[in-house]
Amino acid sequence: MTQKILAAAAGLDQVQAGQLIEANLDLVLGNDITSPVAIKEMEKFRTQGVFDKDKIALVPDHFVPNKDIKSAEHCKCVREFARRNQITNYFEVGEMGIEHALLPEKGLTVAGDVIIGADSHTCTYGALGAFSTGVGSTDMAAGMATGKAWFKVPAALKFVLTGKPGKWVSGKDVILHIIGMIGVDGALYKSMEFTGDGIANLSMDDRFTIANMAIEAGGKNGIFPVDDLAVEYMKEHSGRSFRIFEADPDAVYDAVYTIDLSSLRPTVAFPHLPENTHTMDEIKTMEPILIDQTVIGSCTNGRLDDLRCAAEVLKGRHVAKGMRCIVIPATQAIYMQAMEEGLLKTFIEAGAIVSTPTCGPCLGGYMGILAEGERCVSTTNRNFVGRMGHTSSEIYLASPAVAAASAVTGRISSPEEL
Amino acid sequence: MNAKGIVFKYGDNVDTDVIIPARYLNSSDPAELAAHCMEDIDKEFIKKVKKGDIIVADKNFGCGSSREHAPIAIKAAGVSCVIAETFARIFYRNAINIGLPIIECPEASRGIEAGDQVEVDFDSGVITNVTKGTSFQGQAFPEFMQRIIASEGLINYINNNQ
Repeated sequence: MTQKILAAAAGLDQVQAGQLIEANLDLVLGNDITSPVAIKEMEKFRTQGVFDKDKIALVPDHFVPNKDIKSAEHCKCVREFARRNQITNYFEVGEMGIEHALLPEKGLTVAGDVIIGADSHTCTYGALGAFSTGVGSTDMAAGMATGKAWFKVPAALKFVLTGKPGKWVSGKDVILHIIGMIGVDGALYKSMEFTGDGIANLSMDDRFTIANMAIEAGGKNGIFPVDDLAVEYMKEHSGRSFRIFEADPDAVYDAVYTIDLSSLRPTVAFPHLPENTHTMDEIKTMEPILIDQTVIGSCTNGRLDDLRCAAEVLKGRHVAKGMRCIVIPATQAIYMQAMEEGLLKTFIEAGAIVSTPTCGPCLGGYMGILAEGERCVSTTNRNFVGRMGHTSSEIYLASPAVAAASAVTGRISSPEEL
Repeated sequence: MNAKGIVFKYGDNVDTDVIIPARYLNSSDPAELAAHCMEDIDKEFIKKVKKGDIIVADKNFGCGSSREHAPIAIKAAGVSCVIAETFARIFYRNAINIGLPIIECPEASRGIEAGDQVEVDFDSGVITNVTKGTSFQGQAFPEFMQRIIASEGLINYINNNQ
């Protein structure tokens, strides 16, 4: 499927794994950390200006609202660049959200697109049947200037999802299970293609979560077939036309994995790699793992389904004494909808705090930094050494349901235990 | 083109968060980033590294975030080449794009220890461990990648080809 999209974008009939191609881009994305470096690189170009002011998205989301003077200077640099080049899709504080939740919601990413973003979780849009992948700032600069990027066509891994997940099993548990199975470099340089009748049992938000973490298995991209649900989503959010590609029945894969979703259990990745996974059933047999903080949000799990699930767990309950529970709706629209559904009231009554959209705590920027030796259950995507703060702090990656349940008990817990 | 220097050795899955922690990403100044390079896994690195030195690592070097600040910090610290069993793909692109030579060679990553003196010939892909008197055949760079590195990065390369 990925190879077909890349062939079309390169103007070729077909491509093969390993082939170097130059593809036309439908969207180039950057944030407040990566864009300033790209903008500085762009100044070196002999020709100035951007290839298409409508096909660039600039989303300050990591350290906004500005956490300090230096990050304010970075945001100013991005803002002025956007103004100078009349970038249509620049999102200021007040209209921004976490980029990978925001762009699909704004209808900027649709099936068949080729998208690069100077953020590793750009692979999220594969949930809609787009080829999208993370790059660095220089690639972003070259993309903004020329509308093109070079790619090495990836080989593919096939994940056949069957069955229906249980009540407290979400997209996060699916992708953590997969990363636990193949490892953090299990899909290195490759495309992760999801297929199978189990996909019909996954919401769009579940699919965004799964595609989002393809990078945590080393994948170049993650991609889903475009079914009725995906078409409905795109029609609701976008006026753009889209192009549906399907994998050939005789497509070649480096490996095929079959996963029965009904057999999966809530899953947690222990420090300091996303591949260190344990199911909640295993964790129940261990010594209790006491925690200090929970974070529910991020480009991985800050969408409406995630907040609804966390609220269902927290409704009528209270976070444990001494626990900090930080809830971060990923976009303004999600924030508004959560307010209308009464979810924010549930969080606040439960003793959680609700923040404006930001990537902040996920990468140890601000809004929830961990002290020496502290432990956090987080719905984010990485649990590397020092990722959320002190190098001796520990991050346990989990679903919103497990994070919310853990906030109530003060130790890593499944909602089934409440 | 070649590189010659003393080796700093690391293991599997060295991620971009430890190469340059996000708390320093409110800067994009190469010298400032270099001052904190590797500090979350090796506080001694920046004190000891000299111009021309080489990093050798095991699997999946540079995994995680797409921050180009990671190869920028390594290059600005004076490192002339990174050798690893494998690289994470975004890091690989970023390193080439900013003109930091990197080379995949599982045998070299197993046959080189911290403190060894190593020489790398980019044209042939041959890696020589001068200290131990051994050599390894790494993956030579395709011509266009060599040209990007020789141009000190992708942007200059594009300018030169316009």
